[in-house]
This record gives sequence, C-alpha cells and structure tokens, in this order.
Amino acid sequence: MPVAAVNSAHEAVAAVVDPEIRVITIADLGILRAVEVDPETGRVVVTITPTYTGCPAMDVIRADIRRALAVAGHPDAEVRTVHSPAWSTDWITDAGRAKLAAAGIAPPVPARRDGVVPLTLAVRCPRCGSPETEQLSQFGSTACKALWRCRACSEPFDHVKAL
Amino acid sequence: MNGPFDFALALGDDALIAAQRLAEWTTRAPEMEEDIALANIALDQLGAARLLLSYAGELEGAGRDEDALAYLRDDREFRNCLLVELPNGDFAVTMAKLLVLAAYQLPLYTALAGCADERLAAIGGKARKESAYHLDHAALWVRRVGDGTEESHRRMQAGLDQIWPYVPELFAGQPQAPVDPATLRADFDATVSTVLAEATLTVPQPGWAPAGGRDGLHTEHLSYLLAEMQVLHRAHPGARW
Repeated sequence: MPVAAVNSAHEAVAAVVDPEIRVITIADLGILRAVEVDPETGRVVVTITPTYTGCPAMDVIRADIRRALAVAGHPDAEVRTVHSPAWSTDWITDAGRAKLAAAGIAPPVPARRDGVVPLTLAVRCPRCGSPETEQLSQFGSTACKALWRCRACSEPFDHVKAL
Repeated sequence: MNGPFDFALALGDDALIAAQRLAEWTTRAPEMEEDIALANIALDQLGAARLLLSYAGELEGAGRDEDALAYLRDDREFRNCLLVELPNGDFAVTMAKLLVLAAYQLPLYTALAGCADERLAAIGGKARKESAYHLDHAALWVRRVGDGTEESHRRMQAGLDQIWPYVPELFAGQPQAPVDPATLRADFDATVSTVLAEATLTVPQPGWAPAGGRDGLHTEHLSYLLAEMQVLHRAHPGARW
C-alpha cells in the first residue's frame, strides 16, 4: 500500500465535519482515534469514540466517514467505536477551539481532574470577549454544550462544557 | 444476581428506566432550560443503558441484542431498582430521585472504571463523567428548592421523605459482583448529607425499606411504563426509523 493511499484515507476521514457543530471536523473534536489501511487489501479501519454515551450523531458520523472514504477511492471501510479511554474536551485541538470561538461557541476550559476541587473558570463571551458571563443552564442544545449569557453585551451563547 | 450478566443487566435496566421517566418531563418542565436539561440527562442515561444492555446480551450469548432486552422482556424480567420506576411526582420528587440516583451511580461507575472486566471498566470510565454533571444539577435544585420559600422547603422535604425508603435497595450487598454496591454507601451518605445540610433539609430516618427489583419483583408502576415504552416495537417488530 503506497503512502499516498494511507494519507488520502486519513485526510478524507479527518475532514469529516461534526453533524451537530458543522464548523469543526471530527479530527479537531478529538473523537477520531485512528485510521488504519491494510497494506494487502486496502481495507480501511477507522476508530472513533463518542463525546457522550448517548450522542445521537454517531450513526450520521459513521455514515459520513464511509461516504468520504468512498469518494476518496476507499470503498472497503469499517468504522469501529471504542469507549476507552473516555473522550475529554482536552482532546479538542487548538485549531478546533479557534473554529468554535469564531462560530460563537465558547470553547471548553480544562477538564476537572479526579480528586481535585473543581474551580469555576471564567468563560469569555465569544462575541465581545468579556469575562463577565454567567451560566443559564448546564445543559444546552446538544449533549456537549451548556447555555451561557454575557452580562456585558447581553448575548446568550453556547459553551462546550469541560468533560 | 452476582455474575457479570446479572450485574450489567441490572445497571442497564436502572439507566433505561430512569431515561424513560426523565423523558416524560419533555415539554412539561417548569422552564425551557430545565426541559432541555432533563432531556439531556435522559439521553445520557439512555447512552449508558445501550452500552450496558448490549454487553449483557453478549455475555448471555443467547442472541439477544440491546433492543431485544429493552423491548421484548416483560416486567418480571426487568432487574432495575424500584427507585427509578416510581412516578415522577412533582418537580421536588423528581429532583430527590435524581439526587439519589446520581449519588449512587457516580461512585458505582467510578468503582467500575477500575474493575477487572475491561468492558465494564470502559463503560464506567465514560459514564462517571456524565454522572458528575447529573449530581451537580440535582444538588443545585435540591439546594434552591430546599433553601427557598417555606412552601418550596416543605415540598422538597416531602419529596425526599417519599423516595427515601427506596435507598437501601441500591446498596444491598452483592459480594460476588464486579463492584459490591454495599461498599458505596459511605460515599453516598457523605455526598447526600452535605447537599441536604446546605439545603436546610433533614436526612430521613431509616424505616420501611421495600426491595425486590433485582429479583424482578416490581411496583405496579413499571408495567405501565413498559407498556408505553415497548408498544411500538411489539406492534411492529424490527421497526426502524
């Protein structure tokens, strides 16, 4: 299997966008764990992990991965789902965080660690940049987001909550 | 009920029935944000239920998948604790139930994350992060309602008193299980007593302690819940969206 084929498979999968937050790719989100190409058969095995156990987007993501691989010339593909290690918002790339902020979604603060008293860190408003914000609800429009409001500019906004 | 199959089935049923009850609040919660919050928590419970029931089906080796276990068993075959099948009651009852459930599931999933069974460990490692948010949410409301007006305090205490008899069943000893729930009680008591003290509520006295859910002996409420949850799948076997 030439290196080019491995690269094309990886590029095709990495470019698949999250169906619920369409500004960010699954690679940026940190849910893409591996892309392996069998050197004999050309079969591609993609490994992904869900953000939340009940994430309803997983079926769409699997279908989008297979479609992207087929378009890139890899019709023989399998998508595997693993749950360990558990996904963390710390896996969202810097590029991903920048894309979220540009789309008006405040990126996550560092995840809380076992045995450490959680600190409430300031979440900056993605519109005006003010740290004077407040949480309206810990649960938002998707499993991975909370609903916040900026006290400076009064705009409500989504925040990817630390996990 | 001690082996991995019984254990995975019981935990999966806890999560499945809790999800179904929480989803009943959709369009009926006291405010829009709460409607979304309860639906999100229900979705987390459903996610854990799918993983646990899928694994239980594999352990059983009789060809039953998550759907067969969820939709094609009768009430006597369910192994969930009685707490999760109780009606939602008012918002205070629901929050008392959620506080107890989350304060039980969080140390349970955390212990599971370190157990020898790799699949259960992976599920525990994933679900505990979500349980921490459920506990935060329930504790927030129990404090607000408990330490609120005279009337809200009265109803929060009444809700707590109503569901408290169902707590001991959660921690009945299972020495052979991957995680013995009896070992989690101290953690539960510490968490709940802290929240209740902040909420100006009184920890109810132990007394009548119904049980039987782990043996398939349920309250009359479960049958009605299953009838609604299973009707479509039973009327149209194998139906898919």
